[in-house]
Amino acid sequence: MLTVGGVISFRGLFNWLNPYVYVPTMLVAPIFQILLFVYIGRSAGVGTDAFYLVGNAVQYASIPCLFAMANTIAGERWTQTLGIVLSTPANRVALFVGRSLPVIANGWFVAMFSLFVGGWVLGVDLPVSAWPGIALTIAIASASCTGLGLLQAALALRVRSTAVLSNIVFGVLLVFTGTNVALDSLPEWMATAGRLMPLTHAIEACREVVAGASLSAVAPLLLREGLIGAVFAVLGLAALRWVEAESRRHATLELQ
Amino acid sequence: MRGFMRGARVLGVGWILQLKILAVSAFDGILNIIYPLFFATTALLMFRQSGDPQALVYAGLGAAVMGTWSAMATSASGALQGQRWQGTLELLVTAPTRVALAVLPITAALATVALYSLVATLIWGRVLFGIEVHIASPLAFAVALLVTLASLATFGFLLSVTVVRYRTGWALGNLLEYPGWLLCGFLVPLDLFPEWVRVIARALPPTWGMDAIRAAAAGLDPWFDIAVCAGLGVGYAALGAFLSERLIDSARRHATLALT
Repeated sequence: MLTVGGVISFRGLFNWLNPYVYVPTMLVAPIFQILLFVYIGRSAGVGTDAFYLVGNAVQYASIPCLFAMANTIAGERWTQTLGIVLSTPANRVALFVGRSLPVIANGWFVAMFSLFVGGWVLGVDLPVSAWPGIALTIAIASASCTGLGLLQAALALRVRSTAVLSNIVFGVLLVFTGTNVALDSLPEWMATAGRLMPLTHAIEACREVVAGASLSAVAPLLLREGLIGAVFAVLGLAALRWVEAESRRHATLELQ
Repeated sequence: MRGFMRGARVLGVGWILQLKILAVSAFDGILNIIYPLFFATTALLMFRQSGDPQALVYAGLGAAVMGTWSAMATSASGALQGQRWQGTLELLVTAPTRVALAVLPITAALATVALYSLVATLIWGRVLFGIEVHIASPLAFAVALLVTLASLATFGFLLSVTVVRYRTGWALGNLLEYPGWLLCGFLVPLDLFPEWVRVIARALPPTWGMDAIRAAAAGLDPWFDIAVCAGLGVGYAALGAFLSERLIDSARRHATLALT
């Protein structure tokens, strides 16, 4: 259920595995997001290319993580298999955590690709010695963001327009997580909110690793990132259980 | 003259109908207004760091117009695929009028939603960031704005008919969003780009529209930019009309309109 079920559902539900979708939305779009903010930074005369490169590459992991987890529900509804899936006696934790594993791997790949290609395009020097730390940081970021995605999957049991929901959550993460404006430069309430969101600490840690910090130096940030992701994942699983029960009770599973 | 009036009526009725549909669409209606606000907020926060009030005004105006591109690039690319999903594409192309007159109202309605996005972002900038955009020539500003939106509608029309046989046209639209924001001079002066990038930027109507809007706001002469923007818009409309006949005829001849 955890591994085979997860992979099968990932292949079945996500139409972006089609290269005509995957390449433009997962591989090319993040490069342009990076370029957009690098050039806005240059235009405004603030930040460095490396600052925007790292922030946007890591933040873009949220696209595959959020959309894929919302699709865990919306995709099943679209193919009219949601009722069948939720009428099985499968363990729900194994079912949904299994579905999140390929999502984490995909989010990691998209962010790593964006960072590598974005760095190459912009000529930002990312030392070879930093890449293991970057890879670990981005893996934690993807997992943490997928935790938020699980909560979103629960909302998808009630919200019909999951694409709208995912886009809004993506936008909130873009503004609040220090992707393009360091937390110190944000209004205090925004910085406080940002510190409770996934990606914030991972972005900060990744910037430090790129600047030469060791993994042990950024371990507290990574621990906080992992903890936030775990809290969201637990909340998401609990919400999924509760909303599923409510949907059965009120016959609103298909939202028709 | 009768033919012109009939065409204008098809456009007008189609525009109102499509506007009603968009008004209740969470994705093409509501999100197209909200989504650019996140990027505008981020950009304004970045410009605020520079400490230059004039830079913030520059960004405030650019961020407001930025959303118009967003509404068009993403939604227009998927417009005909949306009709296909609803099962209305065949009805649209077999309507007893030119395909262009049936499709253009869709992108004209999207451009109208883009106007909402622009106004929303201007209000957002004023309320949250205290940005006061002084408009020195209101008439020229209004003309520049309307011409920009009209040329965006024709650009979107060209985009929508070009990808009619591309099943995942919406992905292409998603891809175009960032390059458009980058190239049209909304927040980044074209001087920062290499010459070959500037050539591409100059082929896009919003680049000229943005220049015209800034010039009108600053009290400079915007009419040349408005004229080029309008000319490009007409050019894209003519190309779109030509392609719509060719591509859709071809799709009908090869029975590939439904792409099933």
